[in-house]
Amino acid sequence: MMKNLKQRYCIVGVGNTAYGRTPGQSQAALNVAAIRGALADAGLTTADLDGVLTKAPTSTFPKLWAPTIAEALRVHPNIVGTLDQAGATNIGLIQYAISCIELGQGEVVAIAYGDNPRTGTRATYARARGGDGAVAGLFGAPSSYALVAQRRMHEYGTTKEQLAHVAMTHRHHASMNPNAVFQTPITYEEYMASRWVAEPFGLLDCCPVSDGGAAYIVTTEARAKELTKAPIYIRGIGQSHPSWEFFRRPDMAASGAAVSGRLCFESAGMSTADVDFCEIYDCFTIVPIITLEEYGFVPRGKGGVFYEEGNARLDGRLPCNTSGGLLSETGMPGTQLVCEAVRQLRGECGARQVKHPEVGLVSQQGGILTTHATMLLSLEGGR
Amino acid sequence: MSDMNFEGFGELFPEINELNAPFWDGLAQSEVRLQKCGKCGVHQYPAESFCYECGAQEMSWVPVVGEGTVYSFTVVHQQYHKAFKAFMPYTVAIVQMDEGPRMLSAMLGLNKPMAIGDRVQPCIRKVSEDRSFLTYVPKDK
Repeated sequence: MMKNLKQRYCIVGVGNTAYGRTPGQSQAALNVAAIRGALADAGLTTADLDGVLTKAPTSTFPKLWAPTIAEALRVHPNIVGTLDQAGATNIGLIQYAISCIELGQGEVVAIAYGDNPRTGTRATYARARGGDGAVAGLFGAPSSYALVAQRRMHEYGTTKEQLAHVAMTHRHHASMNPNAVFQTPITYEEYMASRWVAEPFGLLDCCPVSDGGAAYIVTTEARAKELTKAPIYIRGIGQSHPSWEFFRRPDMAASGAAVSGRLCFESAGMSTADVDFCEIYDCFTIVPIITLEEYGFVPRGKGGVFYEEGNARLDGRLPCNTSGGLLSETGMPGTQLVCEAVRQLRGECGARQVKHPEVGLVSQQGGILTTHATMLLSLEGGR
Repeated sequence: MSDMNFEGFGELFPEINELNAPFWDGLAQSEVRLQKCGKCGVHQYPAESFCYECGAQEMSWVPVVGEGTVYSFTVVHQQYHKAFKAFMPYTVAIVQMDEGPRMLSAMLGLNKPMAIGDRVQPCIRKVSEDRSFLTYVPKDK
């Protein structure tokens, strides 16, 4: 049980749409399809919903988005809200859902993200950073993360060759995921030959802009036990947000994972040794390397070697991004990683199934290492 | 270098308002200016009505040398805006100014790649009679 809570909480249903290009599907449609899918997966219906929580679609950032989705589901929930932590939102919303349920405001809460930047507008992904970013030539997320990567590589000796192994490993996993946007394995030579975007990143270091939706249902252990599928227990959550405009942060190339991970492991009463697999927000290849290092799975500077040696592969010591992650499954901001972790723990992942996992870690971050949240999920409820 | 044309950068300027005008007017007069706190003495950028460090509302503008070191950089190969077309690929650097603030800056027309830790100096580029912007170039030896 998470520290200081009076009961245990579970994820009981997960759902998602097709990823990539979904012409004709509105942002609302992608949210609704994902939530209805998650409810069906749990053996629940919209009538069971007490809450609808969303991350706003990145491409347009509409106001009062959760109430819009509640209407699209024809429900009048006690709990609605949209949290703005960029890619860390999808765990932040779970924390909010738990606090609402703990306070007695409801029992079953849906958390969803859906957006159609590929067939709609993707202008936000190429916008200038901050007020003076345009005249400085800093447009789009790849250039900003490239500045982070260059600094991190300078500080810890991470190499371009090691970045290649992140891209190749996650693509290898996506080759076993029929819903992944990119399923064709890539070789080292193909990686090195991919066109530059912003050094040190080539095209294969960057996640694609994708349409799609994903959702999950959070409820109490008591309610979860009435349902058909095995409940997946939320064992720990931690958040820590470096905040600030990234290039002004004193330690620019550090993420919030160090503290958010520590808080998460503490709330779960677990350590890195308990973790069987990780689903890490891999918008760019440098990020899983930074994340594994900051969590303490490997010393700082050794994350790249960890990938290079195959430890993050499905048959390795700590499989990472078993669905292909943002890099290869879908570039959506993170909701889908929670779905994958739940399915892995249930043993539903077919060819890409980790052998009998008991504990999975989900790492999410947003902005330019601006926000960070960590969650530990497990098959057993623990003490 | 002298044949570089920066007219296309005009539309990339931020909205110039009461708060930030001294910075941009300074550049138009070939001067790099930062805000300085009258209470704690730190230099800051971007402009605010208060000091980020101590909260005092005693900010004034002062001219600075503006030299610094490259904290990080990237060479951008994707053309996001036509103003940069003549400079592809171009470098974007985060410059740690000697005065304290970190500045984001384009480095245009470089003869050789930059490295983290390199010393750099301001190079103000003229867009029009009343508008210029700040870039950096390697420091003269």
